[in-house]
Amino acid sequence: MNKVFKNARSALFDLKSDITLMSGGFGLCGIAENCIDALTEMEINNLTIISNNIGNSGRGLVKILKQNKIKKAYCSYVGGNPDLEERINKKEVVVELVPQGTFAERIRAAGMGIRAFYTPTGFGTLVAEGKEIKDFDRPCIMETALHADFAIIKAEIGDTFGNLYFKETARNFSPLMAMAAKITIVEVEKLVQVGELSSDQIHLPGIFVQRIFQGQNYKNDIEFLKLSGEV
Amino acid sequence: MSWNNQEMCDEVIALFKDGATVNLGIGMPTEIAERIPASKQIWIHAENGVLGVEGRPTKKTVSPTLINAGKETVSIKKGASFFDSSLSFGMIRGGHVDYCVLGGMEVDCEGSLANWMVPGKKLTGMGGAMDLVNGAKAVFVMMNHFSKDGAVKLVPKCTLPLTGLKVVNLVVTEMGIFKPVGSKFEIVKLAPEVKEADLKFNH
Repeated sequence: MNKVFKNARSALFDLKSDITLMSGGFGLCGIAENCIDALTEMEINNLTIISNNIGNSGRGLVKILKQNKIKKAYCSYVGGNPDLEERINKKEVVVELVPQGTFAERIRAAGMGIRAFYTPTGFGTLVAEGKEIKDFDRPCIMETALHADFAIIKAEIGDTFGNLYFKETARNFSPLMAMAAKITIVEVEKLVQVGELSSDQIHLPGIFVQRIFQGQNYKNDIEFLKLSGEV
Repeated sequence: MSWNNQEMCDEVIALFKDGATVNLGIGMPTEIAERIPASKQIWIHAENGVLGVEGRPTKKTVSPTLINAGKETVSIKKGASFFDSSLSFGMIRGGHVDYCVLGGMEVDCEGSLANWMVPGKKLTGMGGAMDLVNGAKAVFVMMNHFSKDGAVKLVPKCTLPLTGLKVVNLVVTEMGIFKPVGSKFEIVKLAPEVKEADLKFNH
């Protein structure tokens, strides 16, 4: 089965309105830039987005947020995102805030076939409201797996089978989302033939990847540039 | 004379055992990373997926894919490792991280912390804070003693939505170090020339 596509538009050909979409990255680090740009050009709406941050200051997923394509979002942090805050206040977007570790684990659980798990995170807070509580060594709340129809992620190097290598902290949620979505679309800085990535280098095996393409024109934006000698 | 931010960082650092693993929250605690002496051999964990943050990069070494949880560029030390978010929070939730240092809006006498939203005013989200306060072996809050409107932030009972229930071990402010013990804050240490009356505790 050929997994290689020409570009983002061709790889996203069957992505429609009303679907659930996972999007990798932490802040702007490791986001699927080409796929997000392609989404801005597509006639789709009512998306449910699962992504740690919904972009920032006009960049990343904020591009499709501003086009009113997002109806619901699961994320852990919305600070520094005035566009999202405005839409939450106007009730144009429903946001479910999930503690980041629970967020990661709910996505991992979906990929691993785990239906639910118990965690102390969030006990005694708003996060626990309406959820089953069970006392182990301490009280824990039940959290369920988070699935998606599609995931869009970025890796540094990928081969034609979909084996992936991530760079530094750009890995974050991306391998988990690749496991949790029915169709995972990967864009890479560098697409190589099978065998060029050594088996020891592979962070995510290609079994979790359905489509892959060579990305282009990466901005790799830095949100807060801090250099030594500066506070 | 209360402590300045650098002195507060140094007070927190003095609490760390040599060789400990430490997670630093966004804001004031981030500065701690740059002040830890190499001799302490501390491993700084950033929940976005790195163990072994050192300080700041130079113009030559800066990388857009090497950041901390505050999305700021960082440098790493020898032996640092990268991993995905699930493994990162496994380190936290699994009790492998010795200390976490977070910012705070309110801490109460029972050790409950509020730091992620002010209803109707400010919504930042909890990020990894709820996982950290329930997972790290010791939880330190580093914050200003008073809010911008002058109210003391160490309170008998939190009024803002909680980040964690009875989770804080120590609070470090510019006035001193305080331990929530149920009905009050015990004074562990006071900054130079600070008197008990200056603390404005209302419990």
